Amino acid sequence: MGKTIAEKMLSAHAGKDVRAGDIAVCDVDFCFGQDGTSGIIIDSFNKLGVNKPFDPAKFFMIIDHSAPSPNIGVSAIHKKMREFAKAFDVGLYDIGCGVCHQLIPQNGHVTCGDLVLGADSHTCTYGAINVFSTGVGSTDLAITLASGKNWFKVPETIKVTVRGKLPPGVSSKDVILNIIKDIGSNGATYKAVEFYGQTIDGMSVDSRLTMSNMAVEMGAKAGIMAADRKTLKWVSKTSKRQPRPVAADPGARYCAHREYSVDRLSPQIAKPHAVDNVSSVDGIGQVRIDQAFLGTCTNGRLEDMEVAARILKGRNVHPEVKFIVAPASREIFLQAAKKGFIDIFAKSGCAVVAPGCGPCVGTHNGVLADGEVAISTANRNFKGRMGNPNSFIYLASPATVAASALAGHIADPREYKKRLR
Amino acid sequence: MKKKVKKIVRKVEALHVAKRAQTHPARRLIVKDNVNTDYVISGRYKFKIQDPKELARHIFEDIDPAFAARVSAGDILVAGENFGCGSSREQAPQALKVAGFSAVLAKSFARIFYRNAFNIGLMLIECNTSFFDDGDEVAIDIERCKVDNVSKGLSIDMKPVPRIMKRLLDDGGVIEHFRKHGGFKFE
Repeated sequence: MGKTIAEKMLSAHAGKDVRAGDIAVCDVDFCFGQDGTSGIIIDSFNKLGVNKPFDPAKFFMIIDHSAPSPNIGVSAIHKKMREFAKAFDVGLYDIGCGVCHQLIPQNGHVTCGDLVLGADSHTCTYGAINVFSTGVGSTDLAITLASGKNWFKVPETIKVTVRGKLPPGVSSKDVILNIIKDIGSNGATYKAVEFYGQTIDGMSVDSRLTMSNMAVEMGAKAGIMAADRKTLKWVSKTSKRQPRPVAADPGARYCAHREYSVDRLSPQIAKPHAVDNVSSVDGIGQVRIDQAFLGTCTNGRLEDMEVAARILKGRNVHPEVKFIVAPASREIFLQAAKKGFIDIFAKSGCAVVAPGCGPCVGTHNGVLADGEVAISTANRNFKGRMGNPNSFIYLASPATVAASALAGHIADPREYKKRLR
Repeated sequence: MKKKVKKIVRKVEALHVAKRAQTHPARRLIVKDNVNTDYVISGRYKFKIQDPKELARHIFEDIDPAFAARVSAGDILVAGENFGCGSSREQAPQALKVAGFSAVLAKSFARIFYRNAFNIGLMLIECNTSFFDDGDEVAIDIERCKVDNVSKGLSIDMKPVPRIMKRLLDDGGVIEHFRKHGGFKFE
């Protein structure tokens, strides 16, 4: 019987044949922590009784969640990370470098066929480039840092097929929000998801990363795509390592099949306070906004900057809206500057902040006041996520966020479809 | 950590002798399903890892600000579906453990939280939690796979705790397991 991508990748890293339900101890190709999780990684590592990391080259720390530091406590953790990096000669991306989930694929730390662990729940992002990557907690990560290994329960897989051509103004963010609405916030818990179909084939790698990024919002352990020519070209530019693409076998066993058609998909909005509380922009009504945010590991990439810049060009952000833009990495910031997007953002009245997680995690850079409403390109709208439990977060695509920032209320980006062609 | 787990196990073992004395009061969350780790401990506090007691004071603050003050040592947390979804922050199970919870009962758990909890020696039990009210006296027997709601006179089946997770609990968490065996030893 054939195997899924998850079964094949975990078998390859376990050195034995494993199937869904089996437990396997696997070699991990790359692992990392960010500033919200690395403090405990370091504490746990120090308790393990080993002298040094298993392989310093396979571990990185990224200061992105609360960067530059907003207070003394966070500064102490950042300092602890820098000291650990120096002591053990491990890599560290400091403030301003960008978000972990952009830096890791962009800078070639991972390639097709890799098994990756990150102390961050959105580690599933790299599934888009045919990587089995999943989030774990800090102590699990410390175990891998010390031993190069961890244990895995081989997941069952849901096969998702997306067909049709995306209408103008509708993007991969709308597709994944629509899928999450259907599957629900725990519909894929403990499972892997494989994404297929002509819509995925037609997407850029950036757009695919947006979809895999949000696999965890339905509980999934991984959100994997097969490698095609686009993927291989992309990883050949980013990584010097030889890609080892893994495709599912014919006859692979899936626990469920889901099919979607996007020909008539409208822009989708996740309403407060759950990611699966999704409705179409058509049915959202008049929702006034106080803040708009473009950025994050979901939608802070160059094409996201471009879509927003096209909509904003020559216009002013609504006078009662604060529009915050955080490019996902310094590289993206530089490219966006080169292409004139940063210029457009600044002239439109946006606040462009340092590459990083920005206000998504609610520690700095745009904490909401009581009763305020935000529309964001991020992946979570939990109560209090942006720092205030008495505020309201709507999630949408970069196009919808930019259109809403101009209107002062949640707006349909298809209004600008001529600009988006 | 080791001590804490042993204490639970001892209580469970003694259950058959003196049922009443071995129970823990349940603390039921108002929000039942999809309680994420942001709700367990907000991102506002997650950087305060140097002071776990401070973390424990803020559990569930955004959804039930009065909750933390009602918890006392040994209490059992009762929740609904998909408990612990969202962020991978290990501060979430850590804060629950430091707050005094001896176990969490839920209809289901999110994946990362599930691993994190057992890794730090916090027992999670999957069972039908519809039959628990706040303050009910509860006893857990992971060998018999039963959760007894002593107050209501009910005995509820639980999903068996996987062998690996039992092993981690017995050793007092994954760090102690790793130190003891020099790696993973699940056989």
